[in-house]
Amino acid sequence: MIQMNYRTLLFIPGNNPGMLQNSDILGADGLIIDLEDAVALTEKDAARTLVREYLTTFDTTTDVFIRINPLDSPYFYEDLEAIKDLDIKGIVLPKAGIEPMEKLDEYLNENNLEFDIIALVETALGLELALDIVQRSKRVIGIFLGAEDLTLDLGAKRTKESKEIQYARSRIIAASKALGIQAIDTPFTDTDDIEGLKIDTQNAKNLGMTGKTVISPRHVDEVNTLFSPSKADIEYALRVVEGVKVANEKGLGAFSIEGKMIDKPIILRALNTLKLSGQYKEEYDELLK
Amino acid sequence: MGGKVEIKKMATAGTVESNDILIMISKGEGNIEIELESVVEQQYGEEIKKVIHDTLVEEGVSSAKVIAKDKGALDFTIKARVRTCIKRGSGDTNEL
Repeated sequence: MIQMNYRTLLFIPGNNPGMLQNSDILGADGLIIDLEDAVALTEKDAARTLVREYLTTFDTTTDVFIRINPLDSPYFYEDLEAIKDLDIKGIVLPKAGIEPMEKLDEYLNENNLEFDIIALVETALGLELALDIVQRSKRVIGIFLGAEDLTLDLGAKRTKESKEIQYARSRIIAASKALGIQAIDTPFTDTDDIEGLKIDTQNAKNLGMTGKTVISPRHVDEVNTLFSPSKADIEYALRVVEGVKVANEKGLGAFSIEGKMIDKPIILRALNTLKLSGQYKEEYDELLK
Repeated sequence: MGGKVEIKKMATAGTVESNDILIMISKGEGNIEIELESVVEQQYGEEIKKVIHDTLVEEGVSSAKVIAKDKGALDFTIKARVRTCIKRGSGDTNEL
């Protein structure tokens, strides 16, 4: 199976039973269960236990990531110990830096865990070193821009227009695209401003973001729609897939559609488009073998 | 957990928010005593008490007094709050 792009990753506070028990039916492509900022310092133990109990009781159909606490907190390894045997997709690493990424990768390797990593870049240093940081682990499937903490670190004023994070967005996108991983945008924090959400999401998408984190279930549908492929995208993807099938049958190494050479990145993008549109078929798994 | 776990101090876990349960645990007198206040007490009171009781036993607690204020918590939440409360009350954690 190809790696799915997450249009939406919905944050669920780890110590909130009501949100946890409904999280799987809110329509997000992925969930980020939060053990970090959404959990008070005095409730870290309670959140870990609640999340464990939830994930061992229910089979979720949505991919689950857990945002652990950062390496420079007392909870980094306690969180990892508490979640290492859970059936989750991966871990969101806050305050991503070279040392935190190396320590996390080392822990996952030592414990033979197959978790993916999403690197949360939210410091000035992390932003400038993003490409280097994510190359410290082969498990990284995406870089997630955390604009609230980043602008604090930069001394920038956070605004709805988000001009102050345009450089950061572009830098994260460039690093992600250079490595063929996902570029995941910061959440839009005004849960009532749906028009603002649409503008912000479209801006992020136009720059090259592949998906967005959301902090409210009310934002899921809008963001999913904006990151969904258009009818023309889907039709083109189907033509690419048909072209690959024919080329494989004829033993051709390369082929073109509408005068454009079709190579691996285009095929991968087509497969991803079909996945996002719900038109992916299992037989497509064989196309790139 | 297994073995015998002693509740050494009073501890609480959970909240009185919707879908949650507030558990207060303290030293018992050789048995398990559960006092429950729930929005669904008439329908599910005995079942909630059983989940609390079974979780205590599973964690190795045979003597404790529990006061629970339930706001419609599912079993996974009840179990989690009881487990956290036991850890806090037995001194197995530094947190409150």
